[in-house]
Amino acid sequence: MSCEPWQCAEIAATKKANPIQKPEIAVAMIKKASRPLLVVGSYATERYMEGKQLIEYLIDFANASKVPVVATAHMVGEFLKRGYQPAGFMSAMDIGNRLVDPEWQGLDGKGHPDLVLFVGLPYYMEALILSGLKHFAPDLKTMTIDNLFHPHASWSFPNATLEEWASNLTVMTSKFNGGN
Amino acid sequence: MTSKNVHVKINEMKTNSGLIKNLELSIGKVVNDNYTEPMGPTPMPSMSTLRDWDMKLLTKYKPFYMPDCDLCCLCTFGKCDLTAGKRGACGLDIGAQSSRIVLLACCIGAATHTAHSRHMIHHLIGKYGRRFPLDIGGLNIKVEAPITRLVTGIKPETLGDLDDVLEYAEKEITQCLAVGHTGQEGNNLDFESKAFHVGMIDHVGMEVGDIAQVSTLGFPKAEPEAPLVKLGIGTVDTSKPVIMCIGHNVVPSVGIIDYAKDTKVDDKIEVVGLCCTAHDITRYYNRGRIVGPISWQLRFIRGGFADVVVLDEQCVRTDAFDEARKVHAPVIAASEKNCMGFKNRTNDPADEIVADLVSGKVAGVLILDPEKVGEVAVRTAQQIAPIRKKMNSLPSIEEIKALSKTCRQCNMCRRSCPQDLKIPQALKAAAEGDMAPLTDLYEYCIGCGRCEEACPVKLNIHSMIVKAGEKFMLAEDNLCRVGRGAVQDVEIRNVGSPIVLGEIPGIVAVVGCSNYPHGGKDVYDICREFASRRYIVALSGCSAMSAGNYRNSEGKTLYEEFPGGFEAGGVLNVGSCVANSHIAGAAIKVANIFAKRPLRGNYEEIADYIYNRLGAVGLAWGAYSQKAAAIAAGFWRLGIPVLVGPHGAKYRRMLLGREDKPENWEVLDARTGNTVNVGPAPEHLFQTVETPQEAMVSIAKLCIRPNDTWKGRSIKLSHYVDLHKRFYGCMPQDLHLFVRTMADVPMTLKDEFTKILEDNNWKETVIPDPTLLPRMVRKMKE
Repeated sequence: MSCEPWQCAEIAATKKANPIQKPEIAVAMIKKASRPLLVVGSYATERYMEGKQLIEYLIDFANASKVPVVATAHMVGEFLKRGYQPAGFMSAMDIGNRLVDPEWQGLDGKGHPDLVLFVGLPYYMEALILSGLKHFAPDLKTMTIDNLFHPHASWSFPNATLEEWASNLTVMTSKFNGGN
Repeated sequence: MTSKNVHVKINEMKTNSGLIKNLELSIGKVVNDNYTEPMGPTPMPSMSTLRDWDMKLLTKYKPFYMPDCDLCCLCTFGKCDLTAGKRGACGLDIGAQSSRIVLLACCIGAATHTAHSRHMIHHLIGKYGRRFPLDIGGLNIKVEAPITRLVTGIKPETLGDLDDVLEYAEKEITQCLAVGHTGQEGNNLDFESKAFHVGMIDHVGMEVGDIAQVSTLGFPKAEPEAPLVKLGIGTVDTSKPVIMCIGHNVVPSVGIIDYAKDTKVDDKIEVVGLCCTAHDITRYYNRGRIVGPISWQLRFIRGGFADVVVLDEQCVRTDAFDEARKVHAPVIAASEKNCMGFKNRTNDPADEIVADLVSGKVAGVLILDPEKVGEVAVRTAQQIAPIRKKMNSLPSIEEIKALSKTCRQCNMCRRSCPQDLKIPQALKAAAEGDMAPLTDLYEYCIGCGRCEEACPVKLNIHSMIVKAGEKFMLAEDNLCRVGRGAVQDVEIRNVGSPIVLGEIPGIVAVVGCSNYPHGGKDVYDICREFASRRYIVALSGCSAMSAGNYRNSEGKTLYEEFPGGFEAGGVLNVGSCVANSHIAGAAIKVANIFAKRPLRGNYEEIADYIYNRLGAVGLAWGAYSQKAAAIAAGFWRLGIPVLVGPHGAKYRRMLLGREDKPENWEVLDARTGNTVNVGPAPEHLFQTVETPQEAMVSIAKLCIRPNDTWKGRSIKLSHYVDLHKRFYGCMPQDLHLFVRTMADVPMTLKDEFTKILEDNNWKETVIPDPTLLPRMVRKMKE
């Protein structure tokens, strides 16, 4: 699996993501975080792995891990259709803008997230938001659970096939108490 | 209006009171001012004049930066690493650097439009004289240049007056560009303010260019029912010699059309345009054709349709010559800004140039005389067409199948594709004989050609996609309305009240380029949705083409389905890029003509009016250029929010409000001087949206303004809720922020609203006479 930016020109300079070599590492970091958040973009219904939509993997993961979900674009409706209530929904820019504000107390008003997971945004949009967070929220840890390497994140999975991605998400889900 | 450089010298003059000797008087400008409106407070503002206004907006809509690059490499101290708060050798941090790049982009955009207008004015004054009167819409338009009047305080009456306006614009662009130098501005918000300033100047530059060409070239003059014109590659009669003009400056195209008419061959050749030149060709010439938006350059050239390619300026592929040479189509570069490395043949006899191009002795020439461009292009096309026989550089289907077998499935094409198109999978299928996946890519490919640059085995992937989609390409036979130009004063009077009171729910300006995330149909769908809801939909540029490129279930294009007036449910095409000024101009005219706010040099008051009262939103779904950045900046300063599609995130800075911060949403009530919280109306000034569904919900929401009457607010909320429910599957969570009294609540949604209001401890508030300017308060609070 390659740790080059998926879109070739999306290079970072001196601060680059650490690759996540095994899903168990991602799970350990999520469990260590006290206020994680999962941001889900519009590709959640456009990516299929092993006959199943990405959004379905994410619902399983969110249910198991109890990580609250922010749905961007029109994804809230897609979650609701599948019986899952996201903790919030707003545009990708809005959640990025809140995350760079150290005074923002999260969706529940109880504290700023300390780890934000991203998945399913158009690659270049996600890269730009991660860049914004890298520069303007240096204390915030970011992780992508896409199958595309994102150099601006704190941690990113390497570029991977759809099968590997499905496996990673399934393993991550299984490692939480709520997982099967 | 003015005379310049008057010099009077009197050697000796005897008068009753004495003798005058050697009197010399030099005057820079004599003002012959017929503009009776008193001058406002800010004529010809410098870049700090409106800084306070900018800061009012920037306090509400703070920049959210997404740096596209962690480094600065603009001076030799660098490269400097600006990551996460580090400062460069000059002391700049990444926030200010990001704003600096935004400013530079806006300067490039403003310079481009203004230089285009400068060329246009220079050419037209040379042809028609400085005293040629401006006529934008006959008796239907009294306010001929709302932006120019507002910004400069000048009421232009002749072409010569526009020359004076441009001088001011050019000075301001130079000032703003200078700010980008190392060691000038250090504060991010001051960079932003200057970006607003140069955006405002950009609108002046655009307005000058378009009213000059409308006045002199016989374009439609503010005609709601401007004719429909053929649109699409399938409309080009390829049995004739075809001249394709690419770019934005119509002057060389006019030379071609005039020559064809003068020599009576206009029915024997096709003159077609691509990008904004196409709009202006059809404004000038009823036989003109619009091939399509900017992204179709490669497919048209490689398809071999063009016998001669004429390049003017802006958004021209810089490898157009290389591409044209492959299909033996001669190229004429017709702009100083885009010489293409060709020898300047402007002063050579046309016979010699034509002979050289037809024989292939030279493949391209630079000609800076538009009349000579006309003669050379027409004669060359006539002579070379039978030789070329529409030679193209597209592979055959059998060749595609064979070439696809050499694909290594390395993914580099996909990783270089802005749209992340599944090219490797399509090539694999093609290698196995299934062309369908490759054909499917045709609609979504933006024609950048990056896939080919990345391919290690040098497959012409774009050509393969175009060939696979050829059936669709040749079937493109649609209609666009010819660019109408300005909005009539009487149209403003008719809709001013319902717009300001909110009964027409909004004006949606769908403008800009074709860097679409998922094809052009999104533009059509969005326009149709809002026209059906009786918003006013104003289009320009490549978006106006894409909007016309699809049909409804009855086979009608958007321009056939909806009227072309500035009215509820109207879909109007104002024209090319420079015609975007008419959209901003219409907003300004609502404040001036309907609300009777003073216009002349009165920027802040007019912008304050627009910001608080006019439910207008810009959508640049496929914006890609620096010009688009400058246009957006001009709208921001007027208080008009702009949305961009996902690729617009690459402008790397958004201007976002925070609906969860009530302190951001206070205005003054001009009646009482009281501070009133009006909610996030509008919520953002510049925002990227990810999907067309999000765009539609956001547009409806961003049309909400503090001044809406209860009836207008109720209508706007109905649309917002309806779209939200349809696309998001639930009620909006922020409705309590937009309800001032229960009368604002749509009747049919009362129960649902009531629950949300109760859950959020909503309290009734007043509907103010809103302003951000303390000087507009009629009775200050004691």
